[in-house]
Parts: sequence; structure tokens; C-alpha cells
Amino acid sequence: MKSKRILDALLAPMVAIIFSVVLASVILMLFGANPIETFSKMINYAATPRSISLILNSATTYYFSAVAVAIGFKMNLFNIGVNGQYRLATAVGALVAGALTFPGYISIPIVIFVSMLVGSLWAGIAAWLKVYRGVSEVISTIMLNFIAIGLIAYLLAPSMLGVQTAENVVGTPVIPESGRFPGFSIPGSQVPVYGMLFLAALLGFAYWFILNRTRFGFDLRSVGQSPSAAVASGVNVKRMTMYSMLLSGAVAGLVGLPLLLGAQYSFTVNFPGSYGFTGIAIALLGRNHPVGIAFGALLWAFLDVSSQILDLVGVPREIIVIMQGVIVLSVVIAYEITRRVKVRRQQDAVGKATAVAQ
Amino acid sequence: MIAVELSGIWKRFPGVIANSNINLIVEQASVHAIVGENGAGKSTLMKILYGMQKPDEGTIKVNGTTTVFSSPSDSIAAGIGMVHQHFMLADNLTVLENVILGSEPKRGLSIDFTKASNRIKEISDSYSLGLNPDDLVSELGVGDRQRVEILKVLYRGARILILDEPTAVLVPHEVDELFEALRGLKSEGITVMFISHKLDEVLAIADEITVIRKGTTVTTLNTKTQKVTAEELATLMVGSELPTPETRGSTVTNRVVLAVKNLRVESGQVKPHVDDVSFDIHAGEILGIAGVEGNGQSELVEALMGTKLSTGTIFLNGVDATNWSTRQKREAGVAYIPEDRSRQGLLLEAPLWENRMLGHQSQSPNSNGFLLTPKAAKADTQRIISEYDVRTPGLDVLASALSGGNQQKFIVGREMSGEPKLLIASHPTRGVDVGAQAAIWDHLRDARARGLAVLLISADLDELIGMSDSIKVLLRGRFVADADPKSVTPQELGNAMTGAKAVV
Repeated sequence: MKSKRILDALLAPMVAIIFSVVLASVILMLFGANPIETFSKMINYAATPRSISLILNSATTYYFSAVAVAIGFKMNLFNIGVNGQYRLATAVGALVAGALTFPGYISIPIVIFVSMLVGSLWAGIAAWLKVYRGVSEVISTIMLNFIAIGLIAYLLAPSMLGVQTAENVVGTPVIPESGRFPGFSIPGSQVPVYGMLFLAALLGFAYWFILNRTRFGFDLRSVGQSPSAAVASGVNVKRMTMYSMLLSGAVAGLVGLPLLLGAQYSFTVNFPGSYGFTGIAIALLGRNHPVGIAFGALLWAFLDVSSQILDLVGVPREIIVIMQGVIVLSVVIAYEITRRVKVRRQQDAVGKATAVAQ
Repeated sequence: MIAVELSGIWKRFPGVIANSNINLIVEQASVHAIVGENGAGKSTLMKILYGMQKPDEGTIKVNGTTTVFSSPSDSIAAGIGMVHQHFMLADNLTVLENVILGSEPKRGLSIDFTKASNRIKEISDSYSLGLNPDDLVSELGVGDRQRVEILKVLYRGARILILDEPTAVLVPHEVDELFEALRGLKSEGITVMFISHKLDEVLAIADEITVIRKGTTVTTLNTKTQKVTAEELATLMVGSELPTPETRGSTVTNRVVLAVKNLRVESGQVKPHVDDVSFDIHAGEILGIAGVEGNGQSELVEALMGTKLSTGTIFLNGVDATNWSTRQKREAGVAYIPEDRSRQGLLLEAPLWENRMLGHQSQSPNSNGFLLTPKAAKADTQRIISEYDVRTPGLDVLASALSGGNQQKFIVGREMSGEPKLLIASHPTRGVDVGAQAAIWDHLRDARARGLAVLLISADLDELIGMSDSIKVLLRGRFVADADPKSVTPQELGNAMTGAKAVV
């Protein structure tokens, strides 16, 4: 029974991945490349210690982003503003981290807390607008992304809090040694793996636990499934909307930290800015489930990293972007189909159980 | 002329037989009712006739020719149309657009709206359905929407209509309008198959009635040549006597559980939804609210539950609960059977045991306040399933997979759990069959004897008169009359509901 359920859950993403592999193969053949050879090169390249480190690092960042989006999805809220939330949160976090000279075990928790707070406040604006003014969060969060970019540019101006960095761009002062999040190395790789990987795993567990094992999580899911039934059951929908948007923003505040505290040590205007959209794709791929999202994040990171080899074999790397797009589209369709099949099957089962035996 | 003839139909599912040796003859231009309990095999039979399922054995003859249906499009081609219980209409489209959706008349590349409009007017007029092709569906009432569904199948050329529980969603005067329309259809040669378990309605409209029990056709009665009563029909259906909703002896105490004073719910218009309503309910008392739907019942209930803004005072067991949230009220022992079970009573996409928690997620056995306790909740779900005879293969099935009657039984079971002090029940037996209805009544009576106070809102006047200790009539948001359930007749109550005349 249990294994059957797991198989059911895996069916849709497997179908979607196979479909996109087939489609990518067709495109590869159109480019005159041998698909089997190309894919095996990608896999071989991804299996090197350096690539594995890179994949784990990307996946950590993606995981935070996807969980932030998934918290919103569980409530039928579409937080497109993860980009703005994490960029502002990372910028402020970097300023705080650069200014603190405490030992790491004090300064790092402070930085994490500040970043979560900033992300959450930024999302809170959209939450407030939705609850008290009826503004759709789709509109407000995406608008707030642009405001965040402007605000960051203002904060980082050398006349304000920023400095000219080594690469001759504007950024925050470099975080001292003590404020950096320690990583670890895979043997044979020069690239350290983010220590925040473990924080991501912890977050995944907390997300699962809160959603499935606490009353708060039940209230939250019930609003997502049926606002009218939630109201009748005594859930304060406005308050839940507020809470979940704040939580989503708080998790979004973590997205930039692995890169900031584990590799770059400074927030510059060139800091990557679109992990939020990747998070939407991965949350869809992982069906808002913490384990599903982990697989989705790893798959996405694998495709990102292994695509680097394609240029060397003479295939445009963009084919991987096509493949990622196809995976998301087909997984959404496949989930809907399996959901319908499941409902049909249950209705049949109920029909059989309630039909009268002679 | 025989429109439909089913002979020797068998349908087996692994382990069970849904239909066994069904024999049915439906005369053309007649209304033929099919009655039976929930799960007696009516739905399977209709699915077979509509081509959604294939019979294992037996033959189907339509207008004298033997036919085999492998999909609904085959049966549509044979002139059979199905009007489902749940409407499938797009709210923001007009009647015209809804009707032609999927079979648009083309003129070149564009849709020939003029032709379609004329055709719809023609059908509407000839069967006196009273529909205007240009009206928006969102502005139509439930009865009108149902006639749009009927028009849809007529437009596609159906001469045999299957109506699945058509009156379940209608209020009494809409039922009358529907029956008027069905008589019109009949006189124009259309055959109507009418599935229901509301026996008085069946007796009012059907020319012939076929009773199905335990998957097989028990008998067919002709209402023209035989004198049939609801009691006889019920006996044929369930094999036992028709239960009556009688409370037998008063259990009313003098302890006030709910005291409502000057309750008012504004509507945004001049006339409020609920206009200065005051009443008390005592422990062990069932207070019935009679009224034509839309006279403020829903708003009254929502104001009492705290899901709608209101003014006035509400005291629960002597404590001022006016400003309590819905959850506070629920935790204080207020149980709630909402009027719309699929929108307000259930999470359709969640398993049954999670639905056991809904509304009680802050209380034992579902949680300890902070953490959920799924094991205890599951055990209690199992108890509800067996005590309330919820027909389900297990507690992990999604709520949406259950039939409406079983969903209702489950909700009643859930709300009666944990010794509630006050039950606010809107249409507690809507959509359940006579057997289950009797079981729900028994549970209500037992709880009442243990001191439960009940606010009962029901469109079923027999239920209201039989169950209530006192009845108040709600008209345009105000209590216009009190009725003594011991002496009032449904006719008198009906008159008071429409404001025709006050009762004693």
C-alpha cells in the first residue's frame, strides 16, 4: 500500500522527465548531435567531484527559493516576489554581516535572522495590501521586485552604505572571516560545499512538520483547499493569509545567504537575481512536497551544471533551458492527469464498496 | 410506443453486483420515475443507459432498436440526454453561449448566433421553459439554470431525458416550476426518466414508478391505474416502514443555552438580511426555523457562527459570546452543519480522516491544541463511519469520492461528536435517503434527550414539524409567526412562510 502510494507520486514526474528527454533528443538530432553520446557526456561530467559540489550548492539555493514559493502555493497565494524579497534581504544581511565583528556562532544567527526579517517584511507589504486593500499578491509582489532593486541601488550607493568592490562595481563591504558560514569539501574537489545545505534540510523537515503535523499547518492547508470551508471551520482567513505570506518572505530571505556567506562574502549589484523564478518551477516540479522539491532542486542543478559541457561538444547549451521548460510544462500536465485518474479510481472504489452485494 | 426497454441488465464489479437482472420499460411521452435508496444501483443503471458504463449482460432497446452504447456520444446520437445533478454551466456566458458550447452552428468560419438564438427561442417557447437566450447565466436562479441544462440536451436533439435527482437543489416553488416544465415536455412527446428518492415529488409527477432495491428492479407501478402512497413506496424501497420524524415527548428544560437579542445583519440595501431577531433555545429543545429559502436563514446562521458581521447580542450558556470568533464558539461546544456541504462542510480534495478534523482541528481527538493527533483522529473517523453508516471503502478516500448522501451522514456524525451543547443545523438530511434520514433523526433525538439545544433550519416541512419543539417562521428577515408543531399542518406552515396568513 505504502510503496504503491510512492509509486503513484513518482509516476507523473517520471513521465514528464522521460517525455522531455525524448524531446531534447529530437532537438539534439536536429542539431546533428548524437543524443545518447551527449547525455552520457553530461552525466560523466556531472559525476566529477567538482560538479557534484556545484550541484549541491545550486540545489541548496534553489531549495530555499522553492520552499518559499511552496508555502504560498499551499495557501493558493502566488508569491512572484521571491526575487525582490531575497535580494533586499541579502543586501541588508550583507551590510549587517560586514559590520559585525562577533565570532561566527553569534554573528551568523544574527545575519540569518535579519535576512529572514527583511524578506518577511518585504512580503508583508504585499500581504497587507491583499488582506486590507484586496490587491492581488501576483501584482503587488512583482511590482515590489522592481522597488526592491531601486531600493538596493540606493542603499549601496557609495554615498550611502556601499563601497566600490574589487571588480569595480558597487557592493557591500566584504564580510570578515568570522562572519562566513563554514562549508565542507568533497574529496577531489576544490569547490567547497555550502554548510547551509544542512540548514536547507532542516528547513525541509520543519516545513513538512508544520504543514502536516500542526494545527497551524492544517488551518493553512484548509484555506488553500477551500476558503469557504476553512471559514466555516473557524479559521481566520485574513490572519492566515498574513502569516503565510510573512513565512514565505522569511524563507525567501534565506535564498541569497548560501552564496553570500559561503562564496561571495559581499553583496554586489551583480548578485544573481532570478532564483525566485527557478523556485516557482521547482515548487511545481516537486508538487510543494519537501522531498519532491529536494529532487526537483537537484535535477535542476544537475541540468544547470552538466550543461556546461555542451559547449565543448558543440551543442548549444540553451537546449538545457528548453528541456527545463518542457519538464515543468509536462510535469504540470502529468500531475493533473494522474490526479484525475486517482479521483476516478477512488470513485470507482467507492462505487464498488457501496454497491449492494447479492 | 416504447421509448426505452432494458431487459436482463447485469453489471458486476469485482466482488459485488451493482445491477442484477434489471428489467425496465419506459413508455414514450411519459414521466418515468426510478426510486431507490442511496446505493441501490440507480446511478449505475443510468450510467449504463447513458453509455458511461457497459453492462455485462442484457440488452438496451431505444425506440425499438437494439443498441450498444460505448460512450455518451453514442447515446446522445440515439436521442438520450442526461441532466446531471450538478450543473455544468459557465457563469459568465449567456444562456445562448452555454447551450451551443461544443455544438456551435457554423456559417463559414464564424458561429451563426442568429440561427442558434432562433433555435433556442423556438425550443424554449415550444416546451415553455421561459428562457431568454441573451440572459447571463450568473444572473439566473437555480431553477432557471436547471432549465438551461434541459435546454442544452434538447438542443442536441434529445427525445429521452434522464434527470438525476433534479429536485435536490431546488426550493419548493422551483420544484413546482420544474414539474410544470416536465409536463410541457411530456405533452410534446418527450420521454423523461426521473431519478429521485423524494417520494412525494415522485408521486406528484410520475406516470410510472419503478422501484429498485439491492440492484434489481422490484416492481413498476402505474400511478394512473393504481393508488400508490408514499408509505407503500418506501416499504418497497427499503423493505420496511417509512420512518416519521417525531420527537416523542418533550425534553425541553428551563436552562437557556442560546440567547439571541436584536440580531441584525445588514445587506447593504435598505432591507437588512436579518432584522432585529430575538429568541432563546433551551437545553433539550429543538427550535425549528421555517421559511422560504432566501429569507435570511443563511445569514442568521452565519451571524450566529460568527462568519458574518452582525449587531445585537448572543449569549451562550449565560456567557456573552457576541464578539467570539467562529473557533471560540466551536471550542465552546457549538456544532455546525452548514447548508452547502461541499463548499462549507468538507475539504473535497482531502481524505476523510482529515475532514474529521475540519472545524474541530483545535480539539481532541484531532489535536492537542498545537500538534495534530492523526492516529486518534483516524480511530474516531472509523467510529463515525460505522455509527453513521457512511458507505466508504476506507478513511483514506477523498471526500469528493463519496456520494452526497454519504458526505452528509459523515458531516452529521462529525458535528455530533464530542457532546456538543448547541447544534446549528441547516438542512441536516438534505440529499440523504429515507433510511439514513431516519438514522440521523434518531441521533438528533438521542442528543436532544441528553440536553443538546438545536437550531434546525429545513426546507422539509414534515421534518421541521416532526422534529421541532417550537417553530418560528422567518419572512424577509423577521420572525412573523410562531407555530405549535403539535397542531400545525404543513399547509398552514407553508402559508405562513409566504406571508399569506398567520398561524396560531
